[in-house]
Amino acid sequence: MPKILKYVFFDLIRSRWSIIYFLFYFITGLVLLYLGHDVSKAIVSLMNVTFILTPLIGTIFGVMNYYNSREFIELLLAQPIPRRRIFFGMYLGISLSLSLSLLTGMMLPFVFYGVFGSDHTMSLIILLLSGIFLTFIFTAISFYIALVNENRLKGFGVAILVWLFMSFIYDGVFLMLLLMFQEYPLEKFSIILSLLNPIDLSRILIMLQLDISALMGYTGAVFSKFFGNSSGMFLSFAALSLWTALPVALILKKSSKKDF
Amino acid sequence: MGIKYIKTTLILFFVYMPFWLTAGLLKVNPGEFSIREAIKIAQPHDTIQVASGTYLEHDIIVDKPLVIIGIDRPVIDGEHKAEIIIIASDSVTFSGFQIQNVGFSFTKDWAGIKLDRVDYCTIENNRLIDTYFGIYLKKVKHTIVKNNIMEGIAKNEVNSGNGIHLWYCEDILIEGNKISGHRDGIYFEFVEESKILNNVSEGNIRYGLHFMFSNHDDYIGNTFKNNGTGVAVMFSNFIIMKDNKFIDNWGTSNYGLLLKEIYDGELSGNVFKSNTTAIFADGTNRIRITHNNFISNGWAMNIFGSCMDNEIAFNNFISNTFDLTTNSSRNHNSYHDNYWDNYTGYDLDRDGIGDVPYRPVRLFSFVISKVPESIILLRSFFIDMINIAEKVAPVLTPQSLLDDRPKMKMLRYD
Amino acid sequence: MIEIKEIKKSFGRLEVLKGFDFSLSDGKITAVLGPNGSGKTTLIKSILGLVVPDTGEIRFQDKPIKNKWEYRNQIGYMPQIARFPENLRVAELIKLIEDVRGVAGKTERLIEMFELAPFLNKKLRQLSGGTRQKVNVLLTFMFDCPLYILDEPTSGLDPIALIRLKDLISAKKAEGKTFLITTHIMSLVEEIADELVFLLEGKIYFHGTFEEMMQSHKEDNLERAIAKILEENA
Repeated sequence: MPKILKYVFFDLIRSRWSIIYFLFYFITGLVLLYLGHDVSKAIVSLMNVTFILTPLIGTIFGVMNYYNSREFIELLLAQPIPRRRIFFGMYLGISLSLSLSLLTGMMLPFVFYGVFGSDHTMSLIILLLSGIFLTFIFTAISFYIALVNENRLKGFGVAILVWLFMSFIYDGVFLMLLLMFQEYPLEKFSIILSLLNPIDLSRILIMLQLDISALMGYTGAVFSKFFGNSSGMFLSFAALSLWTALPVALILKKSSKKDF
Repeated sequence: MGIKYIKTTLILFFVYMPFWLTAGLLKVNPGEFSIREAIKIAQPHDTIQVASGTYLEHDIIVDKPLVIIGIDRPVIDGEHKAEIIIIASDSVTFSGFQIQNVGFSFTKDWAGIKLDRVDYCTIENNRLIDTYFGIYLKKVKHTIVKNNIMEGIAKNEVNSGNGIHLWYCEDILIEGNKISGHRDGIYFEFVEESKILNNVSEGNIRYGLHFMFSNHDDYIGNTFKNNGTGVAVMFSNFIIMKDNKFIDNWGTSNYGLLLKEIYDGELSGNVFKSNTTAIFADGTNRIRITHNNFISNGWAMNIFGSCMDNEIAFNNFISNTFDLTTNSSRNHNSYHDNYWDNYTGYDLDRDGIGDVPYRPVRLFSFVISKVPESIILLRSFFIDMINIAEKVAPVLTPQSLLDDRPKMKMLRYD
Repeated sequence: MIEIKEIKKSFGRLEVLKGFDFSLSDGKITAVLGPNGSGKTTLIKSILGLVVPDTGEIRFQDKPIKNKWEYRNQIGYMPQIARFPENLRVAELIKLIEDVRGVAGKTERLIEMFELAPFLNKKLRQLSGGTRQKVNVLLTFMFDCPLYILDEPTSGLDPIALIRLKDLISAKKAEGKTFLITTHIMSLVEEIADELVFLLEGKIYFHGTFEEMMQSHKEDNLERAIAKILEENA
């Protein structure tokens, strides 16, 4: 597995897309910090960008990389190594190279600006951490979708739909349910719904860090009490880990049975 | 109003001058005799000088017009037994003391300094520590409370008193005091024609300043910082609120300024910074809200549908999560000539006023007022999208709630 | 070396391999022929373990291959399309396959033979299709294996490289290696193959030597013999 991981990682990190991805975060971060001069606002803006872009890029790279490596995968499959090493290695290679672009691109502007060690360190760390989680989650989901669908167009379409659902439609349905059942107490229901979507979960974790918890008012107190304490934090990261582990398990299961 | 005070002071001066000329001077030293004994033997209009030291006394009743002055801040310690100074005569001046450790009672409003049905008193330059109620004025008129420092130890609303408490009072000047750690920093109930100037009310559990059923009062140049709510004005008319700072009143149900059932006031030149809700208004009518700065608040304004004929103009709205929210789909107030940093319109004729109106109520803030739990979706992609959609074609937010003369540039107030 | 028994494979409703027995003779070059969709690729992929048959058994050196991967140490496989990670250099790709195999390949002679030295430090995306196919040959033959499986090995190779490849195959055969080759180029089959397997609609229509094929179909040319088979079964 480390062998495959290593080469896939080197292959991707050298591609110009990785560099563009890195530069995007780097420049966005610099612009937000040096033009806005408000770290908290910069983090919120960066959060908006990250939570749309990270899952989208993970989705696109997961699908594209699988389809583009179709022939190379066959070559590897004919080599004396077990299948799970090939696919797990590839998956990790993609996720890690994307995460590295994200991590460096996002962190460097803040390092230059001198945010580390300030009050905002924690929210920045959580932003980076959840960005990396989202990369791993959506790469895994799209990689799995590509593995299931031999038809590139269909695979691509399904993966984009899943992204669209998670980052847009889900919240729409969420809001509709809240409006429909507004006579009932909805705090627990809301917490459960947000645990079920990694993008929402990441967003809430950062919002609570940025002290917007008080803004959430009376009901917000319930949320911040849940997500704010260590066990809620643990539960949130456990949910994110589960979100990563589940599609990875599906990849391993599917790849062990699939005909190539 | 200022003229009136000068007049009062002058009248006092001439009325009292003959007594001063003949008045005696008593000196109290620690261990010799008590302040209470000094008051007992003093003639009206005498001056009692109390030397520095600690006096373990309580229930000191000042029942004749006296000037009682602490030299080098003597300490009067009530040892948590009862209340300490009770002023029961007109024309008492009490200054320069440290009053500490008033007892606690569920049935009596014990205070560090209590003024009961008296006029023309001055309470000045005292320091009050752990006094349950700090300075308590009951049916008092023409009195000055100035430059006192009150440090309470309040932990919850039930077991705590107010810093400066006024009940049925008239023509009181409260100036330059620092109040912290009480239930309400300053409390007004049935108070008329009084002024609150340049005080700092900080870290109080409920309100920094609280008006109930009080009319024709001014509060100007005060700072309300980190209280449960900065200022609450309820059931009061003709209140002037100018040049105050409302800062860091941040928490799950905290406001910078809470307005409830108030009529005909003026709110101008104030700064609202980092409050969960800068202004919450319910049943508020005919108030002019002008020339204020709203900076980095959760909600700059929450105006309920019960508010009518208010004018919101020439204010700056900068870096607030929500500029305005309301629970009604109708609007009976007027908004114009404000600067909104969220405004994205243009100014083709370059007159400094945007050519398209600004709608300060976002759909999402409207949704939150219906379903508070939906705040969990704040800053999600979906919410951003519906906000934009509503901006283009308003359906749910009040059609007529708009600023049709939005300023292109921030207004400068120094 | 390879024994196949009653192998069946369907993709959805399409039955690609309809159940046949087959055994590969040691030390020979066997060419698998057949029209498109006859099951050539599926057969090869089944042997390599890329496709798992629905029923039947495949044995490699007398051991069943199902759920095994170690046996592939004994196989050199050359895929039809040579596409590799674009941003790796040729040398890195060689290293990758060596890493995976856990042995160092014998590359020097092959690099010389196919004139690959100038390309070793180039990224694969900078290489032409022909050069990539040469790299493909190199990756296949740099390990010493008893069995080589070549899928359309001639596609994209220039005439000189093709001659070199044939020489290489002959040399390996002389060392006693076994080959399984699919191709559409009949001249290549006539030139190098010892045995023919002709697949038709998922079954083995013919398995024997070149001469046997000619005799049974009374033709002196392989292309014509095959055309005849196809016409008869149309």
